[in-house]
Amino acid sequence: MAATPHRIRASRALTAVMTLALVYAFLPLVWLLVSATKTQSSLLTSFGLWFDGPFALWDNVGETLTYHDGVFVRWLLNTLLYVVAGAGGATALATLAGYGLSKFAFPGRRGVISVVLAAVAVPSTALAVPTFLLFSRLGLTNTPWAVILPTMVSPFGMYLMWVFANESVPDSLLEAARIDGASELRTFRSVSLRLLSPGIVTVLLFNIVATWNNYFLPLVMLSDPEWFPLTVGLNQWNAQASTVAAQPIFHLVVTGSLLTIVPLAVCFLALQRYWRSGLAAGSVKQ
Amino acid sequence: MPLPPRVVAGVLAAATALALTACSSGTGTPSPVKPVAAGEFSPGVAEALRRTSTITVWSWTPQIADIAKAFMAKYPQVTVNVVNAGTGNDEYTKLQNVIAAGSGAPDLAQVEYFALPQFALKKSLVDLSGNGVAGFADRFSKSVWGSVSIGGGIYGIPQDSGPMAMYYRADLFDKYGIAVPKTWDEYVAAARKLKAADPNLYITSDGGDAGFTTSMIWQAGGHPYTVEGTKVGITFAEPGTRKWLGVWNQLTADKLVDTHTPGWSDPWFKNLNAGAYATMLSGAWWPGILESSVQSGAGKWRAAPMPQYTVGATATAENGGSSFALPKGGSNPLVALGFAEWMNTNADGIAIWTRGGAFPSTTAQLTDPAFVNAEIPYFGGQKVNQVLAEASRDVVPGWNYLPFQVYANSVFGDTVGKSYAANADLAPGLAAWQQQCAAYGTKQGFTVTAG
Repeated sequence: MAATPHRIRASRALTAVMTLALVYAFLPLVWLLVSATKTQSSLLTSFGLWFDGPFALWDNVGETLTYHDGVFVRWLLNTLLYVVAGAGGATALATLAGYGLSKFAFPGRRGVISVVLAAVAVPSTALAVPTFLLFSRLGLTNTPWAVILPTMVSPFGMYLMWVFANESVPDSLLEAARIDGASELRTFRSVSLRLLSPGIVTVLLFNIVATWNNYFLPLVMLSDPEWFPLTVGLNQWNAQASTVAAQPIFHLVVTGSLLTIVPLAVCFLALQRYWRSGLAAGSVKQ
Repeated sequence: MPLPPRVVAGVLAAATALALTACSSGTGTPSPVKPVAAGEFSPGVAEALRRTSTITVWSWTPQIADIAKAFMAKYPQVTVNVVNAGTGNDEYTKLQNVIAAGSGAPDLAQVEYFALPQFALKKSLVDLSGNGVAGFADRFSKSVWGSVSIGGGIYGIPQDSGPMAMYYRADLFDKYGIAVPKTWDEYVAAARKLKAADPNLYITSDGGDAGFTTSMIWQAGGHPYTVEGTKVGITFAEPGTRKWLGVWNQLTADKLVDTHTPGWSDPWFKNLNAGAYATMLSGAWWPGILESSVQSGAGKWRAAPMPQYTVGATATAENGGSSFALPKGGSNPLVALGFAEWMNTNADGIAIWTRGGAFPSTTAQLTDPAFVNAEIPYFGGQKVNQVLAEASRDVVPGWNYLPFQVYANSVFGDTVGKSYAANADLAPGLAAWQQQCAAYGTKQGFTVTAG
């Protein structure tokens, strides 16, 4: 496996490029970490990528969690609710629908798949205002339902599950289960679900990230800060600096942003091994 | 959404008239208005405040919660439910949505002056000219009253105002031996001298901001927008705009103005704290921003009148400022009106938010010796409010915003912003802006003449 000199040169160039990419990807994170340790005044007077002034991280965290009667905690809980109900629901629906479309032949199946594929192309931002008008008719705007219900629809997730079910659940296995007398539900629960789990985790991760970061939908749907998720709430804090009689709290916005990415990072690290084990599925003919 | 906007001159929508006043008739002529003394409510409002009620108020003013608390202490029957539905455009998007949907509108909403015509001319707001509000004219400075008087109706109770002044770093001017500029020619000369002395210094910052540009054209005596009912004229080829461009193009082209740092961003605040900008041309609310966000500049800043195009002139313009308006569909217009009145005309109400750094718009405050002669420590003890109160009297009258200014401002960056980014002549950028606004206006059902 001795590498030729040519290959070494190439990989050096590649290493340089990758290092640059790494720095580029991590700089904002470093900035965020460093900035979260500063007070409001040193934040605005010091160099962004190095520490300055008193170490205020713990004070900042405390203040972030208690500012305005602890509204940050409320936003965090809201976000968790939207993630659990919205992203969880979207994953469940996508799994059922993808599996069903993949394994059961029924009239109109191709049509359903085409519609779903077309729906992937429609950005959810474009749908936000019509959805608002619809939900307003139903009297659901300014309630958590207005965020949860649209989030539960994930055409991309369904498409992914359809592809995944095609590749990883052999029809012959289902046949065998049916011959053994298992009901469809039983087959799904004990046989298919296990085979589908890497795909489910992938879709779940996608949905969690999308819901966690979703800004426009809750912005349009909710007017009461009591129901805001973190994204909209933090932006509101940020906007507080640019109004008449401003009360800038950049240090809290920065610390809040740092706190916001922690659960997402934990979630990713915890789920990634399930995800990775699924990446090779279907890559080799069994 | 493309409802054809119609002339609203004096015509009260029947439903509104019924909800607001039992006496006013919806016949097209405004009902005779009894003047109501400052600090007093009209009988209808006073009676409504005695009954048990709840109103929802959308506002991003940080002090609004305290104002509501003080109001509820005084009028215990009323519950004021304060909601921060977002700042500026975020709130307007929501307001437009709830009005279009026909449910969920607040009883009272904060709306900036530039956005007010958009909501007023789409008939989304209650005309307040009945019910004694028309008699409020002498309570407010002329320029803000002009801003809430739209098409013959009155669509908001003014909150704060932003007559423009020039704020400058006295220490930098002293250091480089530059006199405080009184005319725009002197301003340009000062900018060159500063740059020559220290290449890291800018005379000011302007990263391309629609509100700033329109205010500067206003100060130059420009009238790029004309609005008569549904007939809208847009032209940046008029004398006022040309006057401003004559000055500003020199500054942006030669990089004497920082055009690359977006306003209100983190680097922008850093520059302000580092003393990179020698002046700021801004509304009267600027001292509040300095005190809260540029602590390192304490003692170094001063205020002066805006530079002029002709020696001895005193023209200035409004920049920013907002009012409280009653969206249609609110459940309790009289109580909402009472709260807006109390907040913006009662001395107790005003005191709470001026303490936070807002600049008042009521004549009572603007002529109050305690306010005018206050020595502001941040400004080295300068009586800054004298300069600003003077400015509020010198605002050039007769300015119009577009009835779709919110949209116009949102596309400023895509058009004029490009000229800023390239340090190029701003005129083609303005022409592109004009074209895009005209196309949008036409689609919205206005008869637009551009050019």
